[in-house]
Amino acid sequence: MKNLNRRLLFIIFLSLFSLYIALPSELNINFSVFSWKAYKVIDIPKVSLNFFGKRLDSDLPLKQGLDLQGGMQVVLQADMTEIDEADREDALISAQEIIRRRVDLYGVSEPVIQTSRAGSDYRLIIELPGVSDPKEALNLVGTTAQLDFRIEVVLESDDEASDSAQLFANPIFTPTELTGSELKRATPQFDPNTGEPVIALQFDEKGTELFAALTTDNVGKRIGIFIDGIPVVAPVVSTAILDGKAIMTGGFDVEEAKQLSIQLNAGALPVPIQILEQRTIGANLGEESIKQSVFAGLVGLGLVIIFMILNYGFHGSVAALALVIYSILTIAAYKILGVTLTLPGIAGLLLSIGMAVDANILIFERFKEEFRVGHSYANSLELGFGRAWESIKDANLATIITALVLINPLNLDFLNRSGLVRGFGVTLLVGVLLSLFTGVVVSRTLLRVFTPFLEKVYQRKQK
Amino acid sequence: MKFMKHRWLFFLISALVLVPGIFSLITFGLKPSIDFTGGTLLELRILKEVEDNTWIEMGGEELSIQSVQSSEDNGYILRGKPITDEYKNIFLDKVFQEVGEVEVVRFETVGPILGQELIRKMLWAGLIVVIFILLYVAKQFTDLSFGISAILAMLHDSLVVLGSFSLLGYFYGIEVDVLFVTALLTTLSFSVHDTIVVFDRIRELHRKYPKYSFDEMADRAVAETLVRSLNNSITIIVMLLSLVLLGGSSIKWFSVALLIGAITGTYSSTFTAVPLLVEWNKRSKK
Repeated sequence: MKNLNRRLLFIIFLSLFSLYIALPSELNINFSVFSWKAYKVIDIPKVSLNFFGKRLDSDLPLKQGLDLQGGMQVVLQADMTEIDEADREDALISAQEIIRRRVDLYGVSEPVIQTSRAGSDYRLIIELPGVSDPKEALNLVGTTAQLDFRIEVVLESDDEASDSAQLFANPIFTPTELTGSELKRATPQFDPNTGEPVIALQFDEKGTELFAALTTDNVGKRIGIFIDGIPVVAPVVSTAILDGKAIMTGGFDVEEAKQLSIQLNAGALPVPIQILEQRTIGANLGEESIKQSVFAGLVGLGLVIIFMILNYGFHGSVAALALVIYSILTIAAYKILGVTLTLPGIAGLLLSIGMAVDANILIFERFKEEFRVGHSYANSLELGFGRAWESIKDANLATIITALVLINPLNLDFLNRSGLVRGFGVTLLVGVLLSLFTGVVVSRTLLRVFTPFLEKVYQRKQK
Repeated sequence: MKFMKHRWLFFLISALVLVPGIFSLITFGLKPSIDFTGGTLLELRILKEVEDNTWIEMGGEELSIQSVQSSEDNGYILRGKPITDEYKNIFLDKVFQEVGEVEVVRFETVGPILGQELIRKMLWAGLIVVIFILLYVAKQFTDLSFGISAILAMLHDSLVVLGSFSLLGYFYGIEVDVLFVTALLTTLSFSVHDTIVVFDRIRELHRKYPKYSFDEMADRAVAETLVRSLNNSITIIVMLLSLVLLGGSSIKWFSVALLIGAITGTYSSTFTAVPLLVEWNKRSKK
């Protein structure tokens, strides 16, 4: 019994906490009953706390997709002058892939990235949901077109001291043959000795050769890494590196190391690219359509609840309560995980509500069977839960497998690593896990709490 | 109830739905939307506010506008089917007459949102899901026949959904888009979910009453899970029906796809997967 109370407390606490996260920071209450009108804005105080080293802001926005909220559109123009006519289409598509990867690395989900042609111009149209700051959009897309390595030129120091000091502040670099296309990968790491964030570079075969020659000849000098002719970082060569694996230390913090790696990884576009224009865009679904759909969803939810109560009586209303808790937890989980909500996402969510009831239906049907056979109320309930659990477990594990393949957590190359399919996988996974929790743990606890009362009702019915 | 005695009737019902669908899929295929094919992007600047539906009406069948986005300074970004320069001018005339002064900001041909690459990756993902589920179900139920029947039922469901949209495409010009792909994925996971629940009951009965014949067990399992199956489907169908009937026009066909998927998913777990299992069992015993 003590255990039960603790569980009940935990569920109540979790629901309230999730409700707190799920609610927007300002709640507008606006309705009228006959001539009586109520309008009130409730401010919900928001705090931010540290959660296992990850900052958890209670004032999290619910990210909305392009279809619901709009975002920022950036149009890029590819400079195809140096590319053969026949290869242009391919070059554009590979640029599209690289930009898709970049946007993905920054964790913006559900972007739209399209190739486009206007006459003889080759373009990329990139739409980023929820981004309203043009600078942020450009950072995401990465205006970086070309990455190359340059070597520091040390002038003979027969000039005056003041000149050399100036040179030291603005070193002169001369281009080398080594470019971003020979860089296989850049990864942020930690120096095992000092614990300082570093960036590990790995070159391909040709790059290894070039880099070996470069470092052998220039020990003690600096190698500048330039993106679009602007130096990003210029580490000093401490020793000749022959195996194509370099470690760059530069006193950056973790965030800088990460950002820099993204820039380096994404550096090499097959064609130089320019920003043509950028603008904010509105939602591509009419507001009317969204409102209608949300309304339809609420009607559906109401009907499901009525159905459950008509069919299973008091048990049904417990299931309905579990459903409400499920919805709250889901919205909170979306906010915490940063799931981008799109209209199909909402439809999926509504569908998952329908599926979440499934666990309850399985349990209640099982309960009915056991109760009919003549078990006592409490026993039937426990048997119902126990037996139904087998099938609930198997069925949901199959769905979890499906979701995991779609999410592709190992970032396998031949599977989707971004966009729509992954987003769908995440919503599916969240839906299944939470419905397991509310359908089994929450409703079981609630029913156990009510057992003493329900026992009498059902036992009387049996007689 | 002797369900399994009538298993050929159930197969016949499936065939009645599947054959026209597959025939249509082979001869007419699906109607891909601009999400797959790419199309026209037209950005116009206009001084008035124009409703989405007005745009769609003006675009007509030729342009068949799929999305209308507003952009800064009274701009509208329209996406639709690929059109010629000529038709663009006809369209602009129409806009000029009905709404007023209009300026073309951009007129471009855009590529697909779901390109070849992504579609290929999705197919891979589908294949891997099938293999995993086959192995998982086979392991849980210690028999390969369970896995194969579940997968066949899943195939049945995806063919029903694909087939119906092929027919809808042919007769009513309904196109498949990105949303359709999501609906298909949902159908697949729903289908397996439902099938496993029925299989689970067969397994449980088998443990309890090892003397029963497989047919009897299957009958009993179906009878015992039918109410649950129906109740569960009713909740989902109620949800989807309200989306189809009351929801916005932009997700209407998405909801229809889900609805078809939910219905066939429920049907197939009881009336396709289990009969297949029975049939398999009969044949392997001979």
